[in-house]
Order: sequence, then C-alpha cells, then structure tokens
Amino acid sequence: MSTGYYFAHRHILGIEQLSAEDISHILNTADSFKEISDRPIKKVPTLRGHTIINLFFEPSTRTRLSFEVAAKRMSADTFNISASTSSTTKGETLVDTARNISAMHPDIIIIRHSCSGAPLLLSKHVKAAVVNAGDGAHEHPSQGLLDMMTVKEHRGTLSGLKIAIIGDITHSRVARSDVIGFTRMGSDVHLHGPATLIPQGIEQLGAIVSPSLEEAVRDADVVMTLRIQRERQNDPLLPSLREYSRQFGISRKILSLAKPDALVMHPGPVNRGVELPPDVADGTQSVILDQVTNGVAVRMALLYLVMGNS
Amino acid sequence: MSTTWRIVNGRIIDPVNGVDRIGELLIRDGALVESAADLPADTPVIDAGGCWVVPGLIDMHVHLREPGEEYKEDILTGAQAAASGGFTAVACMPNTKPVNDNAAITAMIRAQAAEAAVRVYPVGAISLGSSGQQLAELGEMQAAGAVAVSDDGHPVRDSQLMRRALEYASNFKLPVISHSEEASLSTGVMNEGPVATRLGLKGIPTAAESIMVYREIALAEITGTPVHIAHVSTAMSLDLIRAAKARGVRVSAETAPHYFTLTDEAVEGYDTNTKMNPPLRSAADREAIRTALGDGTLDVIATDHAPHSILEKEVEFDHAANGIIGLETSLPLGLALVREKVLDPSRLIALMSANPARILGLPGGALTPGMVADITLIDPECTFTYSADQVVSKSRNTPFLGWKLQGRAVMTMVSGDIRYNILS
Repeated sequence: MSTGYYFAHRHILGIEQLSAEDISHILNTADSFKEISDRPIKKVPTLRGHTIINLFFEPSTRTRLSFEVAAKRMSADTFNISASTSSTTKGETLVDTARNISAMHPDIIIIRHSCSGAPLLLSKHVKAAVVNAGDGAHEHPSQGLLDMMTVKEHRGTLSGLKIAIIGDITHSRVARSDVIGFTRMGSDVHLHGPATLIPQGIEQLGAIVSPSLEEAVRDADVVMTLRIQRERQNDPLLPSLREYSRQFGISRKILSLAKPDALVMHPGPVNRGVELPPDVADGTQSVILDQVTNGVAVRMALLYLVMGNS
Repeated sequence: MSTTWRIVNGRIIDPVNGVDRIGELLIRDGALVESAADLPADTPVIDAGGCWVVPGLIDMHVHLREPGEEYKEDILTGAQAAASGGFTAVACMPNTKPVNDNAAITAMIRAQAAEAAVRVYPVGAISLGSSGQQLAELGEMQAAGAVAVSDDGHPVRDSQLMRRALEYASNFKLPVISHSEEASLSTGVMNEGPVATRLGLKGIPTAAESIMVYREIALAEITGTPVHIAHVSTAMSLDLIRAAKARGVRVSAETAPHYFTLTDEAVEGYDTNTKMNPPLRSAADREAIRTALGDGTLDVIATDHAPHSILEKEVEFDHAANGIIGLETSLPLGLALVREKVLDPSRLIALMSANPARILGLPGGALTPGMVADITLIDPECTFTYSADQVVSKSRNTPFLGWKLQGRAVMTMVSGDIRYNILS
C-alpha cells in the first residue's frame, strides 16, 4: 500500500464510489482475512461489541449467510430482519424503518433491496455505516469485489485481462459492479446476450458490447455468466430458456474459444443446463465455489474497513 | 381596494398587439382603457420603472389536488402560489379524488375558486373516472365551467375513444388535451438511456411519447379537430408536431420548465424530486425543446404543477410519485431563456400568456383596451435563492430548492385588483 493512503468511505454503496486504490486496499485486506476461515477456531475479536443488522427486503440465502458468517467470524453481534417492500402499504416506509433501527444504535446496517438507490436513501437517515448487499439493478459491490478477488487469485493481476460477461445485463446489479470494477482495475469487459437484455448506454460504464457470443468469449481470461429469467413483469424478453441455452449458453465448444485456462464464473445460483451445462459449471475451469469462499473474506474486509472509519 | 390604476414607466410587452415599449398602462374599474382622459384625476399611480408590464401569465396545466388530496395542495393555496409566481389564471387538471368527470365536481371547483387569488378554470375528464372506457358528459361539464377536457395522468389507450372525444368535444368547442403516452412502453421510472442504465433504474423510451403524439396528430388530421399535446419532452415528438403544423393540422403543444432546464443527469443521486412523467430527457431533447419554444413548434409553457407531500416523495425512487411543483419557478426559469437569447421577451410572454389564453379561449392574454386588467409586473433583474421557507405552495417537491434564480413577478393583478405585491 502506498503511504498516506487511508480508506475514506463511511458507507459501501457501490463500486462506482471506489477508486482503484480503494479496491486494491479492500482486496488486500480480504486476502489477509482469508486464513481466518481456515483456522480450527474461526473467530477473531476485531468487531466484538459491534452490532450489525442484516436488513433484507428481498429473499436471499447466499449473500445474507455470507455477510452473517463474515460478521460472526469478526465477533460482531448480528441480527437478521427480513422486511417486506410492501410494508409501505402498512404505513411504514423505508425511512420509518431506518429511523427505528437507527434508534437502537447499530454500527453497521447491511441492506438488500429490490429498488435501486435504497441503500443511499437509508444512509441519509441512519447514523450507522451502510453496506449495500444488492440494490435493484444498480450495484452489488461485495459481489463485484469477490469476483475481482477470485480473478486476482487465479491470474495474479486485474490488469490487461479480457472479462466476458454473458447473459441478462439489463437486470443485473452484478454486471454493473463488475463492469465498473474490472475496467477501473485496467481490464476490458466484453458483454454479450440477447439484445432484449443489453441496456442502452452500458458502454458509458466502460463496457464493450460484443456483436456475437464467439467474439465476446474469444481469448477471454474469464467467462462469467449471469442468471437468466425468461420473463419479467409481462415483458417478453426471451421466447424460451431452451433457445437461450442453445444460443447463449456456454457450451464446452464455446468455452474452447477462450484462453485454455480461462476461468468460468457465475454469481449463483446457476440454472444448470441453461446458462452453463453441468460439465462446465462443475468442470475444472469453474471457480464458482472459490467465489463463495472469497465472498466471506471480502465481506469481513468491508465490515472491518467501514468500522475503522466510523 | 382600488381597481383603477395608472401603471407608469414600465416596459409594456404585449405580443398580441405587437407592443414592446416603455409607457403607461391605464386601468379603470378592472378593465384596460385607452387614454388618460378615461381616468379620474386622483387615480393612484404604480411606478413600474425597471419592470416589465405584461398580460397576466396563464398556466394551462396545474394540479390543485382539491377535492381529495388537500394535504398536498388545495385550490386556495395553489392559487396563492400561482399569484406569487406571476400567474393570474390557472387551469386545473381533473385527476382529483373523485375525478372531475361530471358537472357537480366542476361546479364545486368553480365555487371554491371564487375565493381564490387567481382565476381557476377546471379541466374536465375525457372519460368517466379517466379510466378510458366511456366518454364523460363533456357538454354538461362545459356548462358548469370546464374550459377543456383531458385524461391527464391516464393516457387514453383506446384510439376509437380518443377519436370520438375529439369529434364530440368539437360540438362544444372544448379543447382536448392529450397526455401522450403509450402505456405498454412506459413501465419505467426515468428516461431510458445511459443514466438509467448506470443507476439501475427502469427506463421509459422517448418512443412511448412520440408514438402517441403521432396518433393524436393522425386523429386530429382525419377529424379536422384541434388537439393540444401536454408536456412535450422529446425531440421526436417535436419533429412530428412541426411537420403536422406545416401541413395545417390543428395541433398545439406545451412543454414544462423542467424539460427546458434539466436533463436526466439530474436523477443522479436518486432525488425523487427529479421523478416526473414524462421523465427528464437527454441533453439533445432539451436542446430540441429550447429550439421549438423559439420557432413556434411549441405554443405554451405550462408547469404541470404537481404537489406531493414527503409521504409520496421521501421513499425509494421506484415507489415515489411523479411530479414537481412549478408555479413559483416557471417565470424565473423562462426568463433564463431570455437571458440566454433562446427567446425574446415578447415570445416568452406569448408562451406564458397570449397562447394559453387563445388555446383555451380565456379572457386576458393581451393588453387591448376594453379587456380585463389581468396584469403581471416582472422585475427581470432581481436575484433570489429559492429556499424551502419561501415556498408558497403547500408542498415542497421541487428540484429547484436552493437554486439562485434571476427575475420574478413583483405584482400580480386580477381585474385590476392587486393579489400579490412585493414591488418595492
């Protein structure tokens, strides 16, 4: 780390607010925490006496568990709230909820919400540090960071790589965080998917939209696929998942266009046989479980860093 | 209260009569008169030195929320906000609770308006409940005081219903105002484009508006009836309107100050006071709107004043209500276009007074002797910061709070009666 650097962020709302230096610092911190999960006694006292609230307005198994494991390995006290976004119909708004939780003096609130921008709104009404665990189609910064950590582990660098991201870019907060993060670290991110699922102007985030699947994957260091849904809110995005798997799935043949040791990644959960056939999802190039392992380390680092700055 | 005045030393701007000169405006018993000989010797004098003296501004598109949502605004508070913004008349849209789709509601609004600071003209609904199923009783509403009809906020999906509305309204010479939006394309919360993509918010394409603008033009063309397009936000719509006007279609159109002032970049930070429908568009659309205000493609600046409380606005962007208040900032934002040489003063007054009066067939809009003395005095130079404690409207949902603005109304007069006055 360069001298004089310090992590200046009170909240983690998105990769967009993080500089390349911030990202390197988070990944280095995560790296140093990783071995804690390999110890027989997987606990350090770093966040003892700190209160962390998991405020999840959307169903989530993996991300919530990962944050909870991370917090507990740091000895924080964690509490889970599964709230409903429709609680507004009962007269309680997000701001009401925020003020009530804030009155209990938590140190960190981790929020998952189906509305883009909800973590920012929360951060304006609480004293605690806010960590975004995914908001709408906006950002999923801890996922972006764990993806970068995984690639860096296997490639030794985040600079000069070709990252291919295939699938539903429009509805993916992971895609946005990855596009911003990988390009900020000096790699090229190539996107491909059905044109119904490529959002207008994504190039302005630094991504390159590939005209074909082959071109996106050719010589790639990383092939990342995103979970697909056939239809959203009566918006006819795809004729069928069958056609999707044939036209946009990463078969062995398509994967062979990438570098021989290219990494296969997926933020999970995988629709096996749709985005990836089982032999690719579970094949030797797959680092999907490394992503999960690194998720805990990255989240430990984020909790540690935002507390260090409170 | 006197309604007889000599307003001296002002710059009289009256686009209908082609006047732009320093001079005197003479008012006797609430009406404009030709010569000083018509005035009593002791007529009080208003020194309008340094000010513009213009026909009272008319906002043909506001939401006053009464009946039904008086916690946001009511007719009296909305009219007070209008007077302080330089308006002497407003036309209020029918999306009240209940909807103004019948003569009884229209009459109730007119009765409330009798006490209001400015003239308040109800706009009736096109369809019952603005639900787009069945024509409302347009003739009855007109008899009760409606000056136009619109299903504003609820675009008329059914093209046959819209055609019949245009035809039937023509019997009563009732202008039909279209909220032009193709609903199946319009499921987002902001303009579709790079900013929406970056923010992860669902976009509304410009085509959602333009497709419906073209439908209205086509229907006006085959029926020979006039149609007025509300709150135009896209360059594509303006191209369609410009071409239609060139071939003689009776189409008129308005835009709102936020569309010529802001772009979708303002949504950055998820400020719900930048959420409105149609949404703030791209810089290219804003540029096209500014051009169209100058070249006559757009006829009117109207605010779409849409008060909401923090209950509707201090929420997630996706869940926030559409709309912002606008009566108190419309004139300063319009004056900025004059300073930027987009419009000359006379054109601004045509857009904010003469043209809405003509389209809706209202008194005012000109300074012709014999007409009602609805007058606005404007200080085009004075600067002020628009802060929350100055807001006259009951609601404060505006992205312009904290803006340093230049130029404002300093006196508003309805039939010669002073309704607002900060003239020093």
